[in-house]
Formats: sequence, C-alpha cells, structure tokens
Amino acid sequence: MIPLSFGYTPPSTVDDAVRALADAGEDAKVLAGGQSLVPVLRLRLAAPSVLVDLGGIAPLRGVREEGDELVLGAMTRHADVLHDPLVARYAPLLAQATALVADRQTRYLGTVGGSLSHADPAGDLPAVALALDATMEAVGPDGARRIPAADFFVDYLTTALAPGEVLVAIRVPKRDGWGTRYEKFSRVAQSWALVGVAAAVRRDNGGIAEARVALTNMGSTPLRARAVEEALTGVPASADPLTAAAERAAEGTRPPTDVFASAEYRTHLVTVLTRRALAAAGGVHAA
Amino acid sequence: MTVTAEVGAARTRKEDARLIEGRTTWTENITLPGMLHLAILRSPVAHARITHLDTAPALREPGVVAAFCGRDVAEVQGSLPCAWPVTAEMLAPPHPPLAVDEVRHVGEAVAVVVARDRASAQDALAAVEVDYEPLPAVVDLEAALAEGAPLVHADQGSNRAYTWIFDSAQAGTGGDADAALADAEVVIRRRYRQQRLIPAFMEPRSVVVDPTGEQLTVWSSTQIPHILRFFMALILGIPEHKVRVIAPDVGGGFGGKLQVVAEEFIAFLAAQRTGKPVKYTESRSESLMSAHHGRDQIQYAELGARRDGTVTALKVHLLANMGAYLGIITPGTPLLGALMYNGIYKFPAYHFECEGVFTTTVTVDAYRGAGRPEATYLIERLMDELADELHMDPLDLRRRNWIGHGEFPYTTVSGMRYDSGNYEAATDRAMELFGYEELRKEQAARRGSGDRVQLGLGVSTYTEACGWAPSRILGQIRYAGGGWEAATVRVLPTGKVEVVTGTSPHGQGHDTAWSQIAADQLGVAFEDVEVLHGDTRIAPHGWDTYGSRSAAVGAAAVVQACQRVVEKTKPIAAHLLECDVGDVEFSEGTFRVRGTPEGGKTLADCALAVFVAHDLPPGVEPDLDAEAVYDPVNFSFPHGTHLCATEVDTETGRVSIRSYVCVDDVGKVVNPLIVEGQIHGGVAQGIAQALFEEAVYDEDGNLLTGTFVDYTPPTAADLPELVVDRTETPALDHPLGIKGVGETGTIASTPAVVNAVVDALRPYGVHDVPMPCTPERVWRAIREGGKRL
Ligand SMILES: Cc1cc2nc3c(=O)[nH]c(=O)nc-3n(C[C@H](O)[C@H](O)[C@H](O)COP(=O)(O)OP(=O)(O)OC[C@H]3O[C@@H](n4cnc5c(N)ncnc54)[C@H](O)[C@@H]3O)c2cc1C
Repeated sequence: MIPLSFGYTPPSTVDDAVRALADAGEDAKVLAGGQSLVPVLRLRLAAPSVLVDLGGIAPLRGVREEGDELVLGAMTRHADVLHDPLVARYAPLLAQATALVADRQTRYLGTVGGSLSHADPAGDLPAVALALDATMEAVGPDGARRIPAADFFVDYLTTALAPGEVLVAIRVPKRDGWGTRYEKFSRVAQSWALVGVAAAVRRDNGGIAEARVALTNMGSTPLRARAVEEALTGVPASADPLTAAAERAAEGTRPPTDVFASAEYRTHLVTVLTRRALAAAGGVHAA
Repeated sequence: MTVTAEVGAARTRKEDARLIEGRTTWTENITLPGMLHLAILRSPVAHARITHLDTAPALREPGVVAAFCGRDVAEVQGSLPCAWPVTAEMLAPPHPPLAVDEVRHVGEAVAVVVARDRASAQDALAAVEVDYEPLPAVVDLEAALAEGAPLVHADQGSNRAYTWIFDSAQAGTGGDADAALADAEVVIRRRYRQQRLIPAFMEPRSVVVDPTGEQLTVWSSTQIPHILRFFMALILGIPEHKVRVIAPDVGGGFGGKLQVVAEEFIAFLAAQRTGKPVKYTESRSESLMSAHHGRDQIQYAELGARRDGTVTALKVHLLANMGAYLGIITPGTPLLGALMYNGIYKFPAYHFECEGVFTTTVTVDAYRGAGRPEATYLIERLMDELADELHMDPLDLRRRNWIGHGEFPYTTVSGMRYDSGNYEAATDRAMELFGYEELRKEQAARRGSGDRVQLGLGVSTYTEACGWAPSRILGQIRYAGGGWEAATVRVLPTGKVEVVTGTSPHGQGHDTAWSQIAADQLGVAFEDVEVLHGDTRIAPHGWDTYGSRSAAVGAAAVVQACQRVVEKTKPIAAHLLECDVGDVEFSEGTFRVRGTPEGGKTLADCALAVFVAHDLPPGVEPDLDAEAVYDPVNFSFPHGTHLCATEVDTETGRVSIRSYVCVDDVGKVVNPLIVEGQIHGGVAQGIAQALFEEAVYDEDGNLLTGTFVDYTPPTAADLPELVVDRTETPALDHPLGIKGVGETGTIASTPAVVNAVVDALRPYGVHDVPMPCTPERVWRAIREGGKRL
C-alpha cells in the first residue's frame, strides 16, 4: 500500500533535527533506516505529518571508544555493527545478535538506534542492550540526557523517549573477557524471534563470577532474567547448576500467545534456550 | 550439417537474460495515455449485511474521477464464473465481483474509487461511508456442517455445497470397500488436516483495461488469458471478437492466477464507466486476503490390510473448504485427487466421498498440485502408519503393494489407466543416493543413546495424474471446459520460425523448451525459433497453463504442427529436387532424395521458394505454416521416490531437514535444467506445507496471517540442499514420451517430510504431528505421546 502523504525534512545536525521535530509538533516522526517505520506507514497504521530523516547526520553513524565505554551512534547500521572491530572485542554479544536480525538487505538499512527506539518486544537488540547494561543518550529541546536501558523500554513499542527527543547514541560498558551468546529461536530463518536469550557470563577460577541474562519476546518489553542471574552467581561452571538456573528463566515473565506460538510453549522454550545460551557463554559442555 | 539433439540438452533459458535485466513487461509497468487508477475498499469483517454505503463523499476528494459500489453495478457486473459444477445438485450461489447487500469474507470488494493517480485513489477510500450489521462468521469446516450452524448464504439453505462419491464397486473397477474393511485383519483409521495455504506468487495480481480501441484490451497477470477472454465475453456481454486479453510477463501463479477474479471485472466496469484506461495492482496485504487460497480440507481415512502387509481396502471421506464463493474450479479442486488416493498401490476396493463446505473465508481453489498433494499425503502417511503397525520397513511394505514394472499398463481401482512406470528403478536409485541403510543404523544408535536430537527417515513413493486433460473425460466429470491445446508453426521467408502456443507460461520456460522441440522437429537452430504466447490476438486458441499440462499437452501440439510443416514442405522440396514426393526424406533439417546424401534442400531454401512463389508445383499454395490441436487420450502419470531425513530437536521441537533425495520419473526430459528448477520449486512448496506455512483465520473470520511476517514462506535459508536425480520411463500416450513436471515436487514432498518427522518421534509414542509441523506442535506431540526414551 501507499502511505498517506507526509512532509520530509533531512537535517544535517542533531540540533536541526531536534528543532525540526519541535516545529512539526506531536505528529512528527524520526526516520532512521525505515525498516520498521516504512511498513507501518504503508499499512497506514501511522500517519505522521513530517518525517525527520537522520540519515544525513554523519556523526550519528559509527562506533568509538570513550574510556570504559563503547559509543555506538544511533544511525550505525546493523551491517556496520557486524564488521566493527571494537564491537567484536568489547561487545561481541551485540554482533552475535545483530547477525541474526532480519535479512542481509534489512541489515544494510536498519540501525541500532532505530531498533532500540522502535522497542519491538520481538526485536533482538533491546534484550542485548539490557543484558549489557547499556545507556541511551538522547537529545531533546531541553538538552541531552542519559537513560539506562533498564528504564528505557517502557511498554510494547514504547520507550522513555519524549516525542521531541532523538536517540543519538548507545553507550555500552566494555566487557573484556566475558563469554557471550545470543540464542534466537524463530519460525523461519529470517524472521522475528519467538523467544531470544541474551547471555553474558564472566568466569572466575572455574566458577561463574557474574552473569547477565535478558530475554526477547517474553513480555511487552525485553526482560532481565534476574532469578537466573542470582542463581548463577558463584556457582561452579558446570552443567547441573547452569541447568538449574536456566529452569528459572520464565519467572516473572508474561509471554504472549500469538499465531506463532502459545505462552505455554514460550515458557518452556525460554528455559531450553537460556540453558543453551549459558552453556555457550560460560563455555560449559553438554548442559 | 550435423544437428545435435536439442531435446534433452541442458540449455539455459532464453527468457532469463531479459527477466534478470529487468527488460520485462509486468502488467504494473503498463502505462497508457490518460490512464486512471483504481483502489478497492474491502470488507474488514467476515460476515455482515451492508446497511449503508455511500461513495459520493469520495468524489469530493482530490483527483477522484469516479466511485461506485455493488449496488451501482448490480445489473451489469454479472457473477464470477465457476466452471465446475461437480454434481447436478451442487449449490452455486451468485458470486458478485462487488458485494451488493452482504459481505461474506474479510477482503471482499465493497466499493471502488477511480482517480488520476494511485495514491489519490487509495486516500479517497477513507471517504467512502459504509455501515455493516454483523452476521455470524463460520470458519471451521466441521462447525459449518453442524446442525444450526450460521449459514454463509442464507438463501441456499445449507453450507454443504455438494457431496461427491466414487465407489469402486459401483463403478465396476473394484470391490466393496466397507465389506473389505470388515474383513481386514488390520484397519488404520486416521484424521488428517490439510491446512489452508496461500499460493503467494511473487508478482501481485494486476490488471489494465483499455476501452478506447476497437477491441477492449485487457492486460492481466493471469495464467489463463484464453479462459478469461471467454468468460468476460460470456458474462459481461462483450462480443468475444471485441475482447483481446494479454498475459504479459507474469511473475508466478502456482494455481493462484488460474482464476477469473473480481478485480478483472471491476477494472472493466471502471473502464466502461469512465471511458478511460484503468489500472489496478493489488498490495501484498490485499493479495494475501483476497486472492484465492489453497487446500483446507479435513481427511478421514480407513485403510484395510492383511497382517502380511497386503492392502485390501481404502475409504476416504473429505471435508473441503470452498470459502464463501465458488471460484473457477473450487468444487473440483479436491476431486482432482479423488481418483489418485490409491497412489501406486494395488487396492482391490476403494470408496471416496467429498463434501464441499461454505465458510465465511476467501475462496479456496487450485494451488500447485491441487487435489493430488492431498491424495498423496493421505496414502503415503497411511502406508507409514501401516508399516509401523505391522513392524515392517515402510519401503518393504510399499514394494509388497505397488504395481510392478511388468504389470503396466495397469488400470487402478479408481479406473485410471497408468500407461507406464518403474517404481522399482526410482526407489532403488533413491535409496542408493540417500544411504538408506546407513541412516537407519544411525537412527538406531541415536534412539539407543537417548540423543536429544532424533533422526527420522521419511518415504514418499508417489504418482500423480497430470496433463489436464482429455476433453472427453473433462466432460464426463462435469467440467465446463476442454483440455486440448493448440500450436501454430510459422516458417518465415528466411527460414526462421515462429511457434505460437496456446499455453501461457508464467515462469516455466516455455520459450526455451518449445524452441528446443521445434528446433529438433524442423532441423533449425534453437536461436532461430521464437515462441509467441499469452495474447489472444497472437495466439487465439488455447486452454492456458496449469495442472502440469503445458509440456504434456501443449508441447505435443507443437510437435504435431512441426510435423505438418514438414509434410507440407515435402512437395515443394520434391519440386526443387526434381524428384517424386515419395522419394523425399527429411532428416536433420534437410530434405533429400532418398539414398542421395548430397544436394539436399533446407527448410530455409523451401521457405524462400514459397515466399517468392515463382516456381511451385501446380496446385500448391505458397505457405508452409501449420496448425495443430492436440487432445490427449489419457493423463500422464509421473512418479518417483522422495526420501527425507529430518533431525528433530526433542527439546524445542525444531525440525531440520538433513538430507533430501528425489528421484522423479517425468518421462522424456526436454530440458534437464528446467526440470530440476521445477522440482526445486515444487519441493520447496511441499516442504513449506509440511513445516512452515499456514493461513489462519480467527473465530470471527479475521485473517491472522495477513502479511509475510505472519504467513511465513520459507526462504533458501530454511531449505535443504536437494539431491535431484531421475529415471526416464517414457509416457506411452505422448508423441515425445513427456509426462509433466510442474507439480510433482509439491505432490511428492509433503508426506516425505512429515513421515520423517513422525518416524523420528515414534519411540515417544507419536503417530502424527499436524501440519505445519511447527516446533510447538512437535513439542506438544512429544508430550502427548507420553513415552520417553
Ligand atoms: C523484513 C524485516 C525483518 C526484520 N527482522 C528483524 C529481526 O529479526 N530482529 C530485529 O530485531 N529486527 C528486525 N527487523 C527490524 C529491523 O531491525 C529494523 O531495522 C529496526 O527495527 C528499526 O530500525 P530502523 O533504523 O529501520 O528504524 P525506523 O524504521 O526508521 O524507525 C523505527 C522507529 O524508531 C523511531 N526512531 C528511529 N531512530 C530513532 C532515533 N534515533 N531517535 C528516536 N526515534 C527513532 C522511528 O521514529 C520509528 O518510530 C526486521 C525488519 C524487516 C523489514
């Protein structure tokens, strides 16, 4: 279908973008890679008056280091993330998940910032941001602010961003020496996750020192699997304790029932995937 | 000159460069001066009375030229055709292109806006006022037949469109199935569900109607330009000679474009009302909800056998979803398999019964294989169930029951006469390529060790009936059309050749295959043949492309027409060679005096002589062209053995296909590349039914799978590497021995995959997993099976 007609503004700085949004009012929308927004427009589920295209704001694209953090510009494409050496070194979980996002074409257009701002509970990157304790950097009419991932995802397709705010960067604490794994389970290869599990594990003397586990599509937002994390802290890195911890993956979740799968199945699946993700991340065989 | 045989050569397709480089004419690419664009308002509800409908407000929107609804055209829009009243009593409610008083499925066309551009037409739909008074939806087949079910068509008095029965005792082709079942030592009873599928062709449907010329010209993304022309003339009252239908480049159909669709009639009405050319191209979402769907049947079956594995009876009871309205062959689609449920086996008794059922869903009609995938699925699943019951190897059981190579021609219990086949050869080859025995050993080992990933081996030894169809038989089964095919061969003055075919390719590669055939028949170069089709002005006669009929029927007409050209040329060659006609022989493109290798005349020599006509024998007209119409005497029966190995993750329920071998026997192969391509695509669609695709309506009749996010066709990333091989047992009733290959892959593969899934899970007490075998369904089947390793 064809979208309803809309205005289009291609600002070249973040300030211009913020101003353009303020000028256009409530009905304006930010356009990043368009991979989620354009389908929404075509189905006429949204009818923004103006699209503010961030594509021309060069500083928003790319990955850099800042002290203990990696800073990913919001307009960094999925394909950029896949090939970035800093990401590979300090946040491999992000690359692992990004490799499983959509298809090659979509990965060349879709952006990290767009994925996080869209906040689809079936999207792969929100859970990763949560697991990595990322911080979102946003700029609005009142200036810049930072929002921890834990506060960013508010509800189904809803973030803490105010209407006039632009997400400009994602700050990820560097994690050297952590084992990570994103387990995605989908109906066909290039589709959204029925369930996904992002796991990061730091080992210490044969035991598990710390673990971060977050879940995709087990509720209206990505969820931290706190019960699993607690159950893992300090246990030996071996099959039984991992399995026992993974059994708790569904605690506190409220998975959907939809045309792909029931909540009951998701509740089962998440324990299997969590066990597998932990085993891979923790380097534990045959869990 | 030595001529290498073209037939059998793996030529790359001559149409591909054009398709790949984008030098294509899709209907959507057609732009005419002054052309207007349509948008269609579709029902958002499954079943309702239209209590108020006003299109006038849309006329005030920018760019809008016209707007109308069903009531405005009720007298002239006619009823969309159903060409297959399968019984004399069949209910055939009217099928208005635009709903008049009532809507009966989500997506039904309700109103039309015509505007100067597509976006304006789309925007103005919002201004159309319409109120619906809801009526109850009925989606489930069994619920629709239940006492007191809401009626889809209140005036018809029932949701049962028809009951159609075949009984071998009554037909005199076998015994009494009930009696045989009563005597059987083992009876397998099963209920299977053929889920609803969407053909999901790549190019959405599109139509352009130009009313400004002497002939009304219709471009449509259709498989059936000839049938469309006939019905537009018949139903809309346009004199047939005043309609020209063109199927330009068509991007896939799979049966989904074997339809005369509402949108074609609506575009005509819009063109007629405005006097301007109009275009309509559907969106993907519109396509998924309003183009016809496929399958959607419930199958009840009883198979009787002796303890030694010999089958003794088969009884099948089908419930077939028609949707809300009957499409062109809706009622007949499930019956296309009615006489094939016995498969390749020697059943002594057979009873088949099918009830067609109306529901408040979009029309169900042909989808690749139509009827035969359902038949093959049922019999091949049952054979595996019987093998399990009798603790026999599924291939041993099949061998015990199939028609031996020495027994052809063989008339089956349903009265079909299988002309040829070699099930032994195809099966032996498939087992060898597959490594059947090794895989069985691995399966035993995995079962023994309690591996969380279990291995399953699935078998499908199928046959099907293709080459639709002998016209006489079509008449006997009450189909309103014929099944012959036409070809014209024109020899141009320079010796180049035009082949005009009545088939209408939409991806199959007829340009290439027909060129290969004509090149061999006429002894001209492959490059010197041009194939013309898909335009009723160029190719006035034909029955189009579906049912694996083009090579099996259409190519035979090409052969005959070529042979007539040769016969026509002989007197001219004889004259040029100064010999008797009886002494002329034709081989490798040259007419020679018998026994004289030198000094022959080529077709081109003769063509030039005919063109100038300076010196022709008395009474011979200057013309080498020939026409032929070929009406097949029988169906053709491709067959083969497909073997599938699946790995099933018993924790998640995920099925992965580890290896897939198909050995098909499609008779004489014209072009191995095209044949392999057809098999690849066909197997992909069959696997899709087994594992991935399902169109789902909720109880209220809303389509839940209205985009490709929810209706999940697999991509290459989900499909296995296929090992494709073949045996070649020529069809006896075809001049080249061709059988047809368009549907074999789809027909064969679905049961091979599901058999493999079930085989992997037998130790868990699993006897079935409903299609598509999604991870959740597999997981549930394991839990419900109640056994652990
Ligand atoms: C076929 C297909 C399959 C897909 N499969 C997957 C999948 O498996 N997993 C997955 O995770 N994703 C998947 N996606 C989504 C894909 O990752 C998108 O790229 C992503 O969700 C949105 O990113 P975008 O840059 O395209 O954003 P857009 O579509 O441009 O924007 C999305 C939303 O975010 C807002 N927005 C974007 N950027 C900003 C910003 N910087 N500040 C404020 N608001 C902003 C927009 O206003 C809009 O509301 C798929 C998409 C397609 C088309």
